[in-house]
Amino acid sequence: MIIYFKRAIKDILEHRFLSAVTVVTISISILIASAFTLFFINANAIVNSWKKGIRIMVYLKPDIPDIKVTAIQRNIREMKGVKDVRFISKKEALKRLKDQLGRQSSLLDNLKENPLPDAFEIQLMETFQNQDKIEKLAARLGSLKPVDEVEYGQVWLGRFTNILNLFRLTGFAMGSLFLVATVLIVANTIRLVFYSRQKDVEIMRLVGATDGFIKAPFYIEGLIQGALGGIIGLGALFVLFMFISSNMGRELTSSLFTIRFLSWETFLGIWGCSMFVGWIGCFVSLKQFLKP
Amino acid sequence: MIDPQGKGSIIRLFHVHKNYGAVKALSDVTVDISKNDFLFITGPSGAGKTSLLKLLYYGEPVSEGQVLIDGMNLSRISHKRIPMLRRKFGIVFQDYKLIPTKTVFDNIAIVLETIGKKRRFIEKKIRSVLRTVGMENSIHSLPPTLSGGEQQRIAVARAIVGDPKIILADEPTGNLDEDSATVILDLLKKFHTRGATVIIATHDKELIRKTGGRVIYLKQGRILPIIPPQNVRQ
Ligand SMILES: Nc1ncnc2c1ncn2[C@@H]1O[C@H](COP(=O)(O)OP(=O)(O)O)[C@@H](O)[C@H]1O
Ligand SMILES: [Mg+2]
Repeated sequence: MIIYFKRAIKDILEHRFLSAVTVVTISISILIASAFTLFFINANAIVNSWKKGIRIMVYLKPDIPDIKVTAIQRNIREMKGVKDVRFISKKEALKRLKDQLGRQSSLLDNLKENPLPDAFEIQLMETFQNQDKIEKLAARLGSLKPVDEVEYGQVWLGRFTNILNLFRLTGFAMGSLFLVATVLIVANTIRLVFYSRQKDVEIMRLVGATDGFIKAPFYIEGLIQGALGGIIGLGALFVLFMFISSNMGRELTSSLFTIRFLSWETFLGIWGCSMFVGWIGCFVSLKQFLKP
Repeated sequence: MIDPQGKGSIIRLFHVHKNYGAVKALSDVTVDISKNDFLFITGPSGAGKTSLLKLLYYGEPVSEGQVLIDGMNLSRISHKRIPMLRRKFGIVFQDYKLIPTKTVFDNIAIVLETIGKKRRFIEKKIRSVLRTVGMENSIHSLPPTLSGGEQQRIAVARAIVGDPKIILADEPTGNLDEDSATVILDLLKKFHTRGATVIIATHDKELIRKTGGRVIYLKQGRILPIIPPQNVRQ
């Protein structure tokens, strides 16, 4: 094992320029792929947090008796796509409004009568959070007799998800393309190193070396280049991330949403991918050599 | 001369032909070499001595005929088994075939590393064979810094380091002065007495006369049936 490592490092140092070009290529590919990943992870998180806010408000006609209210609530709870139904009495609604208004709540003190209706707040199941389904459910709710009005917002989020999916697809395609290109570049580097070593390889075979023994250092070389390229690419992403997030303005990022760097799992996953790319590149180029 | 059962023989060539394109390097060669033989293959330059050696370790495939090495039939050998075949041999190549960018130590170490020997063993063993060939001071030298004769001795060291069953030497004294040649020949003889089969290709009749042993004469790729007796010292 140690011998293989020594041989691999010697090869890399002996072909410094070639190895450097390969490592830089890998870093750029990894930078692009991981930037896409970072973007999607954050965009997804943001959309999901907004989606939690998708709800349907059902306002009731005035003076519906309590028994009827519980009956309707039970009825709604049975409907497809409904995760939770909460009754908000007009009293509670007024209190909420006062809380929201804060200092200006004194405006409401002059009211003789509570003008707000009783209402149900409906939380939707995740699978139901798209425009079509929400509209259908709203129509059904609206057809209930005691219901005065149905209100729902943020339906555009559904469409936003579609756009995001399209972006994701593009990202995937571009990422794969870059990775394939990287594999070919690594393969080419290994090929050139191998060619320069062909005489040595021939001698090693003559004294009884197996293909495995001959190939191992090249694989290690591929892995080392992949690891180096990966860590440089991810490091560059981190620097860019710090730069952008510190320039985005704290108030914007903290109030609306928080953007995060890649989790450790993702980071290590991408790094692993990068090493795998090095390994595969080596595999591709050595497959055609060492044939009988 | 040929033992039909092949008992005790480690190498058998049966009606072997070797062509390089239109060049016929070997024609209808049938040889039987027993274990612990000490054998010279001789003949003028271009007679096919090197080609014959190459067939034995599958440096070249035969064009026609059969080659059997220690129970392995080379016409049916798989790519995977070739290293196994080559580990039976210790080969001193005519052009030495030392890796110029590796030290003497690393060049010899390959033989032992590839069969998974421990570092400690490898170091001890290499020091010992280098002492045997009188090159212990060049352990960290690069081959191009050594003279032809010195490189040849390193090549011998590499050939014997794995304690092979068969030693092949192609013109092993070609670049040596009398004294060094004697040293190398004595080494090969020592290996022979330890049980190895030794095959030496050389055009040097004087060497054969001095050393003695079985001789095969090649001429234009064919084995001459008559062994001129005055060339063999008993
Ligand atoms: N790789 C090769 N390609 C073509 N011809 C070759 C090759 N190797 C040897 N020969 C030819 O085969 C014949 C035998 O060569 P060789 O075995 O090297 O003879 P020797 O070792 O007895 O001098 C010569 O005519 C030589 O030119
Ligand atoms: Mg020759």
